[in-house]
Amino acid sequence: MNFNARGAWAIYKSELSRAWRAFFQTILSPVLTTSLYFIVFGAAIGGRIEQAGGVPYGAFIIPGLLLLTLLTETTTNASFGIFMPRFTGSIYELLSAPVGVAETLIGFVGAAATKSLIISTIILATATLFVDYTIIHPLWAICFIVMTAAAFALFGFIIGVWAEGFERLQIIPLVVLTPLTFLGGTFYSIEMLAEPWRTVALFNPVVYLVNGLRWTFYGTSDVDIAVSAGLTGLFLALCTGIIAWIFRTGWKLRS
Amino acid sequence: MASPDATLHGVESILDIKGLTKIYPDGLKALDDVDLEVRRGEIFALLGPNGAGKTTLIGAVCGMVRPTNGTIHAFGHDTARDWRSARAKIGLVPQELGFDIFETVQRSVAFSRGLFGCPPDPARLEEILRSLSLWDKRDSQIRHLSGGMKRRVLIAKALAHDPELLFLDEPTAGVDVELRRDMWRLIEELRDGGTTIILTTHYIDEAEEMADRVGVIQDGRLLLVEEKHALIARMGRVEALFRLASPLAAIPPELATYPLSLTEGGTRLCYRGSGREADGEVAALVQAMVGAGVLFTSLDIHESSLEDVFVDLMESAR
Ligand SMILES: Nc1ncnc2c1ncn2[C@@H]1O[C@H](COP(=O)(O)OP(=O)(O)O)[C@@H](O)[C@H]1O
Ligand SMILES: [Mg+2]
Repeated sequence: MNFNARGAWAIYKSELSRAWRAFFQTILSPVLTTSLYFIVFGAAIGGRIEQAGGVPYGAFIIPGLLLLTLLTETTTNASFGIFMPRFTGSIYELLSAPVGVAETLIGFVGAAATKSLIISTIILATATLFVDYTIIHPLWAICFIVMTAAAFALFGFIIGVWAEGFERLQIIPLVVLTPLTFLGGTFYSIEMLAEPWRTVALFNPVVYLVNGLRWTFYGTSDVDIAVSAGLTGLFLALCTGIIAWIFRTGWKLRS
Repeated sequence: MASPDATLHGVESILDIKGLTKIYPDGLKALDDVDLEVRRGEIFALLGPNGAGKTTLIGAVCGMVRPTNGTIHAFGHDTARDWRSARAKIGLVPQELGFDIFETVQRSVAFSRGLFGCPPDPARLEEILRSLSLWDKRDSQIRHLSGGMKRRVLIAKALAHDPELLFLDEPTAGVDVELRRDMWRLIEELRDGGTTIILTTHYIDEAEEMADRVGVIQDGRLLLVEEKHALIARMGRVEALFRLASPLAAIPPELATYPLSLTEGGTRLCYRGSGREADGEVAALVQAMVGAGVLFTSLDIHESSLEDVFVDLMESAR
Protein backbone atom coordinates (compact mmCIF):
# COMPACT_ATOMS: atom_id res chain seq x y z
CA MET A 1 0.00 0.00 0.00
CA ASN A 2 1.36 3.41 -0.92
CA PHE A 3 -1.03 6.31 -0.83
CA ASN A 4 -4.22 5.61 1.13
CA ALA A 5 -6.75 7.53 -0.94
CA ARG A 6 -9.72 6.12 0.95
CA GLY A 7 -8.17 7.24 4.21
CA ALA A 8 -7.68 10.78 2.92
CA TRP A 9 -11.23 10.81 1.61
CA ALA A 10 -12.57 9.57 4.98
CA ILE A 11 -10.88 12.45 6.81
CA TYR A 12 -11.98 14.99 4.21
CA LYS A 13 -15.58 13.82 4.33
CA SER A 14 -15.77 13.71 8.10
CA GLU A 15 -14.27 17.21 8.35
CA LEU A 16 -16.84 18.61 5.94
CA SER A 17 -19.64 16.87 7.79
CA ARG A 18 -18.37 18.45 10.98
CA ALA A 19 -18.65 21.84 9.31
CA TRP A 20 -22.13 21.02 8.10
CA ARG A 21 -23.14 20.05 11.63
CA ALA A 22 -21.96 23.44 12.84
CA PHE A 23 -23.44 25.18 9.81
CA PHE A 24 -24.23 28.38 11.62
CA GLN A 25 -20.82 28.73 13.16
CA THR A 26 -18.64 27.76 10.22
CA ILE A 27 -20.60 29.02 7.23
CA LEU A 28 -23.38 31.38 8.18
CA SER A 29 -21.71 33.46 10.86
CA PRO A 30 -18.70 34.60 8.77
CA VAL A 31 -21.02 35.44 5.88
CA LEU A 32 -23.25 37.49 8.17
CA THR A 33 -20.32 39.38 9.66
CA THR A 34 -18.90 40.21 6.26
CA SER A 35 -22.32 41.38 5.03
CA LEU A 36 -22.43 43.79 7.96
CA TYR A 37 -19.11 45.26 6.83
CA PHE A 38 -20.50 45.71 3.33
CA ILE A 39 -23.52 47.54 4.70
CA VAL A 40 -21.62 49.75 7.12
CA PHE A 41 -18.51 50.54 5.10
CA GLY A 42 -19.65 49.95 1.59
CA ALA A 43 -23.16 51.33 1.53
CA ALA A 44 -23.19 53.84 4.43
CA ILE A 45 -19.67 55.28 4.53
CA GLY A 46 -18.86 54.46 0.92
CA GLY A 47 -21.48 56.93 -0.18
CA ARG A 48 -19.33 59.74 1.24
CA ILE A 49 -15.99 58.51 -0.04
CA GLU A 50 -15.81 58.81 -3.76
CA GLN A 51 -13.02 56.58 -4.89
CA ALA A 52 -10.06 54.65 -3.57
CA GLY A 53 -7.29 53.20 -5.73
CA GLY A 54 -9.27 54.12 -8.79
CA VAL A 55 -12.46 52.17 -7.98
CA PRO A 56 -15.64 53.07 -6.07
CA TYR A 57 -15.05 52.66 -2.32
CA GLY A 58 -17.73 49.99 -1.90
CA ALA A 59 -16.00 47.82 -4.48
CA PHE A 60 -12.53 48.73 -3.22
CA ILE A 61 -13.05 47.06 0.16
CA ILE A 62 -14.42 43.75 -1.18
CA PRO A 63 -11.08 41.93 -1.71
CA GLY A 64 -9.81 43.03 1.71
CA LEU A 65 -12.98 41.97 3.48
CA LEU A 66 -13.00 38.66 1.66
CA LEU A 67 -9.42 38.13 2.71
CA LEU A 68 -10.17 39.06 6.31
CA THR A 69 -12.76 36.29 6.48
CA LEU A 70 -10.65 33.91 4.44
CA LEU A 71 -7.59 34.23 6.67
CA THR A 72 -9.35 34.02 10.02
CA GLU A 73 -11.90 31.35 9.10
CA THR A 74 -9.44 29.08 7.29
CA THR A 75 -6.94 29.28 10.12
CA THR A 76 -9.58 28.66 12.78
CA ASN A 77 -11.22 25.81 10.89
CA ALA A 78 -8.02 24.00 10.12
CA SER A 79 -6.69 24.42 13.65
CA PHE A 80 -9.90 23.03 15.18
CA GLY A 81 -9.83 20.13 12.75
CA ILE A 82 -6.61 18.70 14.18
CA PHE A 83 -6.95 20.13 17.69
CA MET A 84 -10.29 18.43 18.44
CA PRO A 85 -8.97 14.85 18.00
CA ARG A 86 -6.04 15.75 20.22
CA PHE A 87 -8.42 17.21 22.78
CA THR A 88 -10.94 14.34 22.77
CA GLY A 89 -8.33 11.60 22.50
CA SER A 90 -9.60 10.28 19.18
CA ILE A 91 -6.20 11.14 17.68
CA TYR A 92 -5.13 7.57 18.56
CA GLU A 93 -7.10 6.43 15.54
CA LEU A 94 -5.30 8.76 13.13
CA LEU A 95 -1.93 7.84 14.57
CA SER A 96 -2.57 4.09 14.34
CA ALA A 97 -4.12 4.20 10.87
CA PRO A 98 -2.22 3.74 7.62
CA VAL A 99 -2.35 7.46 6.86
CA GLY A 100 0.70 9.66 6.56
CA VAL A 101 1.40 13.32 6.04
CA ALA A 102 -0.14 13.40 2.56
CA GLU A 103 -3.46 11.81 3.56
CA THR A 104 -3.69 13.90 6.71
CA LEU A 105 -3.06 17.14 4.86
CA ILE A 106 -5.38 16.35 1.98
CA GLY A 107 -8.05 15.43 4.52
CA PHE A 108 -7.75 18.23 7.07
CA VAL A 109 -6.24 21.03 5.01
CA GLY A 110 -8.29 20.16 1.95
CA ALA A 111 -11.50 20.26 3.96
CA ALA A 112 -10.59 23.57 5.61
CA ALA A 113 -9.72 25.07 2.25
CA THR A 114 -12.95 23.74 0.73
CA LYS A 115 -14.98 25.36 3.50
CA SER A 116 -13.18 28.64 2.83
CA LEU A 117 -13.93 28.44 -0.87
CA ILE A 118 -17.60 27.88 -0.11
CA ILE A 119 -17.59 30.84 2.27
CA SER A 120 -15.77 33.00 -0.29
CA THR A 121 -18.29 32.17 -2.98
CA ILE A 122 -21.20 33.04 -0.72
CA ILE A 123 -19.52 36.29 0.37
CA LEU A 124 -18.82 37.37 -3.21
CA ALA A 125 -22.39 36.54 -4.17
CA THR A 126 -23.72 38.45 -1.16
CA ALA A 127 -21.52 41.44 -2.04
CA THR A 128 -23.34 41.87 -5.35
CA LEU A 129 -26.46 42.72 -3.34
CA PHE A 130 -24.76 45.79 -1.88
CA VAL A 131 -22.19 46.93 -4.41
CA ASP A 132 -21.62 46.88 -8.14
CA TYR A 133 -18.36 45.23 -9.03
CA THR A 134 -16.78 43.07 -11.70
CA ILE A 135 -13.71 40.89 -11.39
CA ILE A 136 -11.37 41.56 -14.28
CA HIS A 137 -9.06 38.55 -13.79
CA PRO A 138 -11.48 35.88 -12.48
CA LEU A 139 -9.08 33.01 -13.10
CA TRP A 140 -6.25 34.69 -11.27
CA ALA A 141 -8.71 35.54 -8.50
CA ILE A 142 -9.65 31.89 -8.09
CA CYS A 143 -5.97 30.87 -8.15
CA PHE A 144 -5.14 33.47 -5.55
CA ILE A 145 -8.04 32.53 -3.26
CA VAL A 146 -7.25 28.81 -3.52
CA MET A 147 -3.57 29.39 -2.80
CA THR A 148 -4.31 31.65 0.16
CA ALA A 149 -6.88 29.22 1.53
CA ALA A 150 -4.41 26.33 1.23
CA ALA A 151 -1.60 28.33 2.84
CA PHE A 152 -3.67 29.41 5.82
CA ALA A 153 -5.21 25.96 6.21
CA LEU A 154 -1.66 24.63 6.58
CA PHE A 155 -0.90 27.47 8.97
CA GLY A 156 -4.03 26.61 10.99
CA PHE A 157 -3.02 22.96 11.06
CA ILE A 158 0.30 23.94 12.64
CA ILE A 159 -1.52 26.02 15.27
CA GLY A 160 -3.87 23.11 15.98
CA VAL A 161 -0.88 20.84 16.62
CA TRP A 162 0.92 23.45 18.69
CA ALA A 163 -2.01 24.63 20.85
CA GLU A 164 -2.45 23.11 24.29
CA GLY A 165 -5.83 24.70 24.93
CA PHE A 166 -8.68 26.61 23.34
CA GLU A 167 -7.20 30.02 24.19
CA ARG A 168 -4.05 29.42 22.20
CA LEU A 169 -6.19 28.19 19.36
CA GLN A 170 -8.04 31.47 19.11
CA ILE A 171 -5.18 33.77 19.88
CA ILE A 172 -3.44 33.85 16.48
CA PRO A 173 -6.52 34.59 14.36
CA LEU A 174 -7.72 37.15 16.90
CA VAL A 175 -4.54 38.86 17.98
CA VAL A 176 -2.41 38.54 14.87
CA LEU A 177 -4.44 37.96 11.72
CA THR A 178 -7.39 40.29 12.32
CA PRO A 179 -5.29 43.36 13.27
CA LEU A 180 -2.81 42.75 10.45
CA THR A 181 -5.67 42.53 7.99
CA PHE A 182 -7.37 45.66 9.32
CA LEU A 183 -4.07 47.51 9.12
CA GLY A 184 -3.19 45.83 5.85
CA GLY A 185 -5.07 48.17 3.56
CA THR A 186 -8.43 46.48 3.67
CA PHE A 187 -10.29 49.76 4.13
CA TYR A 188 -7.80 52.13 2.54
CA SER A 189 -5.11 52.27 -0.07
CA ILE A 190 -1.71 52.54 1.60
CA GLU A 191 -1.08 55.38 -0.85
CA MET A 192 -3.41 57.36 1.43
CA LEU A 193 -1.06 56.91 4.40
CA ALA A 194 1.50 59.54 5.39
CA GLU A 195 5.11 58.59 6.08
CA PRO A 196 6.38 56.87 8.16
CA TRP A 197 3.20 54.75 8.28
CA ARG A 198 3.34 54.01 4.61
CA THR A 199 6.76 52.38 4.99
CA VAL A 200 5.70 50.62 8.19
CA ALA A 201 2.69 49.20 6.36
CA LEU A 202 5.01 47.60 3.80
CA PHE A 203 6.33 45.33 6.56
CA ASN A 204 2.86 43.92 7.08
CA PRO A 205 2.70 40.73 4.97
CA VAL A 206 -1.07 40.93 4.74
CA VAL A 207 -0.69 44.15 2.70
CA TYR A 208 0.71 42.02 -0.11
CA LEU A 209 -2.13 39.53 0.13
CA VAL A 210 -4.81 42.22 0.08
CA ASN A 211 -3.17 43.99 -2.82
CA GLY A 212 -2.62 40.78 -4.70
CA LEU A 213 -6.28 39.92 -4.48
CA ARG A 214 -7.29 43.48 -5.28
CA TRP A 215 -5.19 43.35 -8.42
CA THR A 216 -7.02 40.21 -9.60
CA PHE A 217 -10.29 42.06 -9.00
CA TYR A 218 -9.60 45.52 -10.41
CA GLY A 219 -6.12 45.47 -11.95
CA THR A 220 -4.76 48.02 -9.45
CA SER A 221 -2.33 47.43 -6.65
CA ASP A 222 -0.24 49.45 -4.20
CA VAL A 223 2.61 46.98 -4.39
CA ASP A 224 4.30 44.82 -6.99
CA ILE A 225 1.96 41.95 -7.75
CA ALA A 226 4.87 39.56 -8.32
CA VAL A 227 5.97 40.16 -4.74
CA SER A 228 2.44 39.28 -3.59
CA ALA A 229 2.42 36.02 -5.49
CA GLY A 230 5.97 35.23 -4.36
CA LEU A 231 5.18 35.86 -0.69
CA THR A 232 2.07 33.70 -0.81
CA GLY A 233 4.07 30.90 -2.42
CA LEU A 234 6.82 31.31 0.16
CA PHE A 235 4.36 31.13 3.05
CA LEU A 236 2.81 28.02 1.51
CA ALA A 237 6.22 26.40 1.21
CA LEU A 238 7.21 27.39 4.75
CA CYS A 239 4.06 25.90 6.27
CA THR A 240 4.45 22.71 4.24
CA GLY A 241 8.03 22.42 5.45
CA ILE A 242 7.03 22.85 9.10
CA ILE A 243 4.30 20.23 8.77
CA ALA A 244 6.67 17.78 7.11
CA TRP A 245 8.98 18.30 10.09
CA ILE A 246 6.06 17.76 12.52
CA PHE A 247 5.29 14.43 10.92
CA ARG A 248 8.89 13.35 10.75
CA THR A 249 9.54 14.04 14.41
CA GLY A 250 6.03 13.32 15.72
CA TRP A 251 6.15 16.66 17.54
CA LYS A 252 3.17 16.97 19.93
CA LEU A 253 1.43 14.13 18.10
CA ARG A 254 3.36 11.00 19.02
CA SER A 255 4.91 10.55 22.44
CA MET B 1 15.16 -12.64 10.06
CA ALA B 2 11.54 -11.70 10.49
CA SER B 3 9.73 -12.49 7.27
CA PRO B 4 6.03 -13.23 6.77
CA ASP B 5 6.77 -16.91 7.19
CA ALA B 6 8.88 -16.54 10.31
CA THR B 7 8.00 -19.39 12.56
CA LEU B 8 8.00 -20.03 16.25
CA HIS B 9 7.80 -23.67 17.23
CA GLY B 10 6.22 -24.31 13.87
CA VAL B 11 3.58 -21.64 14.40
CA GLU B 12 3.72 -18.46 12.38
CA SER B 13 4.83 -15.46 14.38
CA ILE B 14 2.64 -12.46 13.66
CA LEU B 15 4.36 -9.93 15.87
CA ASP B 16 8.05 -9.87 16.58
CA ILE B 17 9.44 -7.35 19.04
CA LYS B 18 13.17 -7.19 19.67
CA GLY B 19 15.01 -5.09 22.22
CA LEU B 20 12.17 -2.59 22.51
CA THR B 21 13.02 0.30 24.83
CA LYS B 22 11.04 3.44 25.41
CA ILE B 23 12.36 6.33 27.43
CA TYR B 24 9.90 9.22 27.66
CA PRO B 25 11.26 12.77 27.32
CA ASP B 26 11.03 13.19 31.10
CA GLY B 27 13.57 10.37 31.42
CA LEU B 28 11.15 7.68 32.53
CA LYS B 29 12.01 4.26 31.15
CA ALA B 30 8.59 2.81 30.35
CA LEU B 31 9.91 -0.17 28.38
CA ASP B 32 13.23 -1.83 29.05
CA ASP B 33 14.66 -4.10 26.35
CA VAL B 34 11.48 -6.05 25.68
CA ASP B 35 11.58 -9.13 23.43
CA LEU B 36 8.27 -10.69 22.50
CA GLU B 37 6.88 -12.92 19.80
CA VAL B 38 3.17 -13.44 19.34
CA ARG B 39 1.84 -16.31 17.25
CA ARG B 40 -0.89 -16.17 14.69
CA GLY B 41 -4.29 -17.09 16.07
CA GLU B 42 -3.48 -17.01 19.75
CA ILE B 43 -4.89 -14.93 22.56
CA PHE B 44 -2.02 -13.32 24.37
CA ALA B 45 -2.56 -11.59 27.70
CA LEU B 46 -0.15 -8.96 28.90
CA LEU B 47 -0.41 -8.84 32.65
CA GLY B 48 0.99 -6.14 34.81
CA PRO B 49 0.12 -3.54 37.42
CA ASN B 50 -0.66 0.08 36.57
CA GLY B 51 2.31 1.86 35.10
CA ALA B 52 4.03 -1.36 34.06
CA GLY B 53 4.30 -0.22 30.43
CA LYS B 54 1.44 -2.17 28.82
CA THR B 55 -0.13 0.81 27.06
CA THR B 56 3.29 2.05 26.00
CA LEU B 57 4.04 -1.34 24.43
CA ILE B 58 0.79 -1.26 22.47
CA GLY B 59 1.44 2.35 21.47
CA ALA B 60 4.86 1.43 20.13
CA VAL B 61 3.38 -1.29 17.92
CA CYS B 62 0.39 0.75 16.75
CA GLY B 63 2.16 4.06 16.13
CA MET B 64 1.29 6.37 19.01
CA VAL B 65 4.65 5.93 20.70
CA ARG B 66 8.03 6.33 19.03
CA PRO B 67 10.39 3.66 20.30
CA THR B 68 13.71 4.83 21.69
CA ASN B 69 15.34 1.58 20.64
CA GLY B 70 14.55 -1.79 19.21
CA THR B 71 12.63 -3.18 16.27
CA ILE B 72 9.05 -4.24 15.76
CA HIS B 73 7.90 -6.46 12.90
CA ALA B 74 4.21 -7.05 12.36
CA PHE B 75 3.28 -9.55 9.64
CA GLY B 76 6.93 -9.37 8.66
CA HIS B 77 6.73 -5.61 8.04
CA ASP B 78 9.05 -3.33 9.95
CA THR B 79 6.64 -0.93 11.69
CA ALA B 80 9.18 1.88 11.48
CA ARG B 81 9.60 1.69 7.72
CA ASP B 82 6.76 -0.33 6.26
CA TRP B 83 4.18 1.06 8.65
CA ARG B 84 1.35 1.40 6.14
CA SER B 85 1.24 -2.32 5.40
CA ALA B 86 1.61 -3.21 9.07
CA ARG B 87 -1.01 -0.82 10.39
CA ALA B 88 -3.62 -1.78 7.77
CA LYS B 89 -3.88 -5.19 9.45
CA ILE B 90 -3.87 -4.02 13.06
CA GLY B 91 -6.86 -2.88 15.12
CA LEU B 92 -6.77 -1.14 18.47
CA VAL B 93 -9.30 -0.69 21.23
CA PRO B 94 -7.67 1.94 23.43
CA GLN B 95 -7.82 2.08 27.20
CA GLU B 96 -9.39 5.53 27.29
CA LEU B 97 -12.60 6.57 25.58
CA GLY B 98 -11.93 9.09 22.83
CA PHE B 99 -13.99 10.06 19.82
CA ASP B 100 -15.94 12.82 18.15
CA ILE B 101 -18.97 12.61 20.42
CA PHE B 102 -21.21 14.53 18.03
CA GLU B 103 -20.83 11.89 15.35
CA THR B 104 -23.35 9.07 15.00
CA VAL B 105 -22.37 5.50 15.77
CA GLN B 106 -22.71 4.29 12.20
CA ARG B 107 -20.80 7.16 10.66
CA SER B 108 -18.05 6.90 13.22
CA VAL B 109 -17.54 3.20 12.47
CA ALA B 110 -17.75 3.79 8.71
CA PHE B 111 -15.12 6.53 9.10
CA SER B 112 -12.75 4.09 10.80
CA ARG B 113 -13.15 1.62 7.96
CA GLY B 114 -12.32 4.28 5.40
CA LEU B 115 -9.39 5.57 7.41
CA PHE B 116 -7.80 2.13 7.19
CA GLY B 117 -8.22 2.13 3.44
CA CYS B 118 -11.14 -0.28 3.10
CA PRO B 119 -14.03 0.30 0.68
CA PRO B 120 -17.46 0.88 2.26
CA ASP B 121 -19.28 -2.35 3.10
CA PRO B 122 -22.72 -1.71 4.62
CA ALA B 123 -23.42 -5.42 5.15
CA ARG B 124 -20.22 -5.93 7.15
CA LEU B 125 -20.90 -2.72 9.07
CA GLU B 126 -24.34 -3.99 10.05
CA GLU B 127 -22.85 -7.31 11.12
CA ILE B 128 -20.32 -5.61 13.37
CA LEU B 129 -22.90 -3.27 14.90
CA ARG B 130 -25.31 -6.13 15.52
CA SER B 131 -22.66 -8.31 17.14
CA LEU B 132 -22.04 -5.50 19.62
CA SER B 133 -25.74 -4.72 20.19
CA LEU B 134 -25.22 -1.32 18.61
CA TRP B 135 -27.51 -1.69 15.63
CA ASP B 136 -30.49 -0.05 17.32
CA LYS B 137 -28.27 2.86 18.30
CA ARG B 138 -26.64 3.31 14.91
CA ASP B 139 -28.13 6.76 14.31
CA SER B 140 -27.57 8.06 17.84
CA GLN B 141 -24.85 10.57 18.49
CA ILE B 142 -22.13 8.97 20.56
CA ARG B 143 -22.54 11.57 23.31
CA HIS B 144 -26.03 10.18 24.01
CA LEU B 145 -24.73 6.69 24.76
CA SER B 146 -23.89 5.23 28.15
CA GLY B 147 -20.28 4.51 29.08
CA GLY B 148 -20.63 0.83 28.27
CA MET B 149 -22.16 1.58 24.89
CA LYS B 150 -19.37 4.03 24.12
CA ARG B 151 -16.88 1.27 24.77
CA ARG B 152 -18.76 -0.96 22.35
CA VAL B 153 -18.42 1.77 19.74
CA LEU B 154 -14.66 1.79 20.28
CA ILE B 155 -14.60 -1.95 19.69
CA ALA B 156 -16.74 -1.61 16.57
CA LYS B 157 -14.37 1.05 15.25
CA ALA B 158 -11.39 -1.21 15.87
CA LEU B 159 -13.09 -4.10 14.03
CA ALA B 160 -14.30 -1.95 11.14
CA HIS B 161 -11.40 -2.89 8.87
CA ASP B 162 -11.37 -6.57 9.90
CA PRO B 163 -7.91 -6.51 11.46
CA GLU B 164 -5.89 -9.70 11.66
CA LEU B 165 -4.26 -8.55 14.87
CA LEU B 166 -6.40 -6.88 17.51
CA PHE B 167 -5.14 -5.05 20.57
CA LEU B 168 -7.50 -4.66 23.50
CA ASP B 169 -6.07 -2.35 26.14
CA GLU B 170 -7.81 -3.10 29.43
CA PRO B 171 -11.01 -4.08 27.63
CA THR B 172 -13.00 -4.86 30.73
CA ALA B 173 -11.72 -2.25 33.16
CA GLY B 174 -14.74 -0.55 34.65
CA VAL B 175 -17.35 -2.18 32.40
CA ASP B 176 -20.57 -3.84 33.52
CA VAL B 177 -21.06 -7.58 33.77
CA GLU B 178 -23.11 -7.80 30.59
CA LEU B 179 -20.52 -6.07 28.47
CA ARG B 180 -17.80 -8.13 30.02
CA ARG B 181 -19.64 -11.31 29.04
CA ASP B 182 -20.30 -9.97 25.53
CA MET B 183 -16.66 -9.05 25.24
CA TRP B 184 -15.51 -12.54 26.12
CA ARG B 185 -17.94 -14.05 23.64
CA LEU B 186 -16.73 -11.66 20.98
CA ILE B 187 -13.09 -12.40 21.68
CA GLU B 188 -13.79 -16.10 21.33
CA GLU B 189 -15.64 -15.56 18.06
CA LEU B 190 -12.80 -13.46 16.73
CA ARG B 191 -10.25 -16.05 17.70
CA ASP B 192 -12.33 -18.77 16.04
CA GLY B 193 -12.36 -16.56 12.94
CA GLY B 194 -8.55 -16.51 12.99
CA THR B 195 -7.91 -13.10 14.56
CA THR B 196 -4.88 -12.86 16.80
CA ILE B 197 -5.68 -11.03 20.02
CA ILE B 198 -3.37 -9.25 22.42
CA LEU B 199 -5.08 -7.94 25.50
CA THR B 200 -3.82 -6.22 28.58
CA THR B 201 -5.51 -6.60 31.88
CA HIS B 202 -5.01 -6.49 35.54
CA TYR B 203 -7.96 -8.81 36.10
CA ILE B 204 -6.01 -11.99 36.33
CA ASP B 205 -9.06 -14.23 36.23
CA GLU B 206 -9.69 -12.81 32.79
CA ALA B 207 -6.29 -13.84 31.53
CA GLU B 208 -6.71 -17.20 33.23
CA GLU B 209 -10.05 -17.74 31.52
CA MET B 210 -9.19 -16.58 28.05
CA ALA B 211 -5.53 -16.45 27.24
CA ASP B 212 -3.41 -19.10 25.59
CA ARG B 213 -0.21 -17.46 26.73
CA VAL B 214 0.56 -14.75 29.21
CA GLY B 215 3.36 -12.26 29.51
CA VAL B 216 4.05 -10.64 32.83
CA ILE B 217 5.40 -7.12 32.72
CA GLN B 218 6.56 -4.86 35.50
CA ASP B 219 8.45 -1.59 35.47
CA GLY B 220 8.90 -1.90 31.73
CA ARG B 221 10.54 -5.30 31.89
CA LEU B 222 8.88 -8.40 30.52
CA LEU B 223 9.49 -10.80 33.38
CA LEU B 224 8.33 -13.90 31.55
CA VAL B 225 6.24 -15.16 28.68
CA GLU B 226 4.75 -18.58 29.01
CA GLU B 227 1.86 -20.77 28.10
CA LYS B 228 -0.77 -20.25 30.75
CA HIS B 229 -1.11 -23.87 31.86
CA ALA B 230 2.64 -24.41 31.86
CA LEU B 231 3.09 -21.31 33.95
CA ILE B 232 0.61 -22.41 36.56
CA ALA B 233 2.09 -25.88 36.59
CA ARG B 234 5.64 -24.59 36.95
CA MET B 235 5.06 -21.75 39.33
CA GLY B 236 1.86 -22.88 40.96
CA ARG B 237 1.64 -24.26 44.44
CA VAL B 238 -0.50 -26.99 45.90
CA GLU B 239 -1.57 -26.76 49.48
CA ALA B 240 -3.10 -29.79 51.15
CA LEU B 241 -4.45 -29.56 54.67
CA PHE B 242 -5.07 -32.79 56.55
CA ARG B 243 -7.30 -32.81 59.64
CA LEU B 244 -5.76 -35.59 61.70
CA ALA B 245 -7.78 -38.25 63.53
CA SER B 246 -5.46 -37.89 66.56
CA PRO B 247 -2.89 -35.17 67.27
CA LEU B 248 0.78 -35.77 66.52
CA ALA B 249 3.64 -34.50 68.63
CA ALA B 250 6.10 -34.55 65.70
CA ILE B 251 6.21 -35.45 62.05
CA PRO B 252 6.97 -39.19 61.76
CA PRO B 253 10.36 -39.97 60.16
CA GLU B 254 8.63 -41.85 57.29
CA LEU B 255 7.19 -38.51 56.13
CA ALA B 256 10.33 -36.43 56.64
CA THR B 257 11.03 -36.10 52.91
CA TYR B 258 7.81 -34.19 52.25
CA PRO B 259 7.40 -30.43 52.74
CA LEU B 260 5.14 -30.69 55.77
CA SER B 261 4.34 -28.69 58.84
CA LEU B 262 2.21 -29.36 61.91
CA THR B 263 -0.19 -26.70 63.11
CA GLU B 264 -2.95 -26.12 65.64
CA GLY B 265 -1.47 -28.21 68.39
CA GLY B 266 -0.62 -31.11 66.13
CA THR B 267 -4.21 -31.59 64.87
CA ARG B 268 -3.49 -30.33 61.35
CA LEU B 269 -0.86 -31.46 58.91
CA CYS B 270 -0.12 -29.02 56.13
CA TYR B 271 1.58 -29.86 52.85
CA ARG B 272 3.00 -27.08 50.66
CA GLY B 273 4.39 -28.21 47.36
CA SER B 274 5.26 -26.36 44.24
CA GLY B 275 5.83 -27.11 40.60
CA ARG B 276 4.67 -29.74 38.23
CA GLU B 277 5.08 -32.76 40.54
CA ALA B 278 3.07 -31.40 43.46
CA ASP B 279 -0.20 -33.12 42.48
CA GLY B 280 1.39 -36.52 42.24
CA GLU B 281 3.32 -35.89 45.41
CA VAL B 282 0.11 -35.41 47.40
CA ALA B 283 -1.07 -38.85 46.24
CA ALA B 284 2.23 -40.40 47.30
CA LEU B 285 2.04 -38.57 50.62
CA VAL B 286 -1.42 -40.01 51.37
CA GLN B 287 -0.08 -43.53 50.80
CA ALA B 288 2.95 -42.84 52.97
CA MET B 289 0.69 -41.52 55.74
CA VAL B 290 -1.45 -44.66 55.65
CA GLY B 291 1.75 -46.69 55.78
CA ALA B 292 2.95 -44.73 58.79
CA GLY B 293 -0.40 -45.14 60.53
CA VAL B 294 -1.25 -41.45 60.41
CA LEU B 295 -5.01 -41.25 59.85
CA PHE B 296 -6.98 -38.19 58.82
CA THR B 297 -10.65 -37.27 58.86
CA SER B 298 -10.68 -34.68 56.09
CA LEU B 299 -8.49 -33.32 53.33
CA ASP B 300 -8.62 -29.91 51.73
CA ILE B 301 -6.55 -29.29 48.59
CA HIS B 302 -6.02 -25.84 47.14
CA GLU B 303 -4.22 -25.27 43.87
CA SER B 304 -2.93 -21.81 43.25
CA SER B 305 -4.43 -19.81 40.41
CA LEU B 306 -2.69 -17.57 37.91
CA GLU B 307 -3.37 -14.81 40.38
CA ASP B 308 -1.24 -16.46 43.06
CA VAL B 309 1.49 -17.02 40.51
CA PHE B 310 1.28 -13.42 39.44
CA VAL B 311 1.45 -12.05 42.96
CA ASP B 312 4.45 -14.26 43.69
CA LEU B 313 6.20 -13.06 40.56
CA MET B 314 5.56 -9.45 41.37
CA GLU B 315 6.89 -9.86 44.85
CA SER B 316 10.01 -11.70 43.82
CA ALA B 317 10.74 -9.08 41.17
CA ARG B 318 10.79 -6.24 43.66
N1 LIG C 1 3.36 10.37 27.44
C1 LIG C 1 4.04 10.01 28.54
N2 LIG C 1 5.03 10.79 29.01
C2 LIG C 1 5.73 10.45 30.09
N3 LIG C 1 5.53 9.31 30.79
C3 LIG C 1 4.55 8.49 30.40
C4 LIG C 1 3.75 8.79 29.25
N4 LIG C 1 2.87 7.80 29.08
C5 LIG C 1 3.09 6.91 30.07
N5 LIG C 1 4.09 7.32 30.87
C6 LIG C 1 4.65 6.60 32.02
O1 LIG C 1 5.16 5.38 31.57
C7 LIG C 1 4.89 4.35 32.47
C8 LIG C 1 4.13 3.25 31.78
O2 LIG C 1 2.84 3.71 31.48
P1 LIG C 1 1.78 2.84 30.72
O3 LIG C 1 2.41 2.27 29.51
O4 LIG C 1 0.57 3.67 30.52
O5 LIG C 1 1.50 1.67 31.76
P2 LIG C 1 0.26 0.67 31.89
O6 LIG C 1 -0.53 0.76 30.64
O7 LIG C 1 0.88 -0.65 32.10
O8 LIG C 1 -0.52 1.11 33.08
C9 LIG C 1 4.12 4.99 33.63
O9 LIG C 1 5.03 5.26 34.66
C10 LIG C 1 3.58 6.25 33.03
O10 LIG C 1 3.44 7.24 34.01
MG1 LIG D 1 -2.48 1.20 30.41
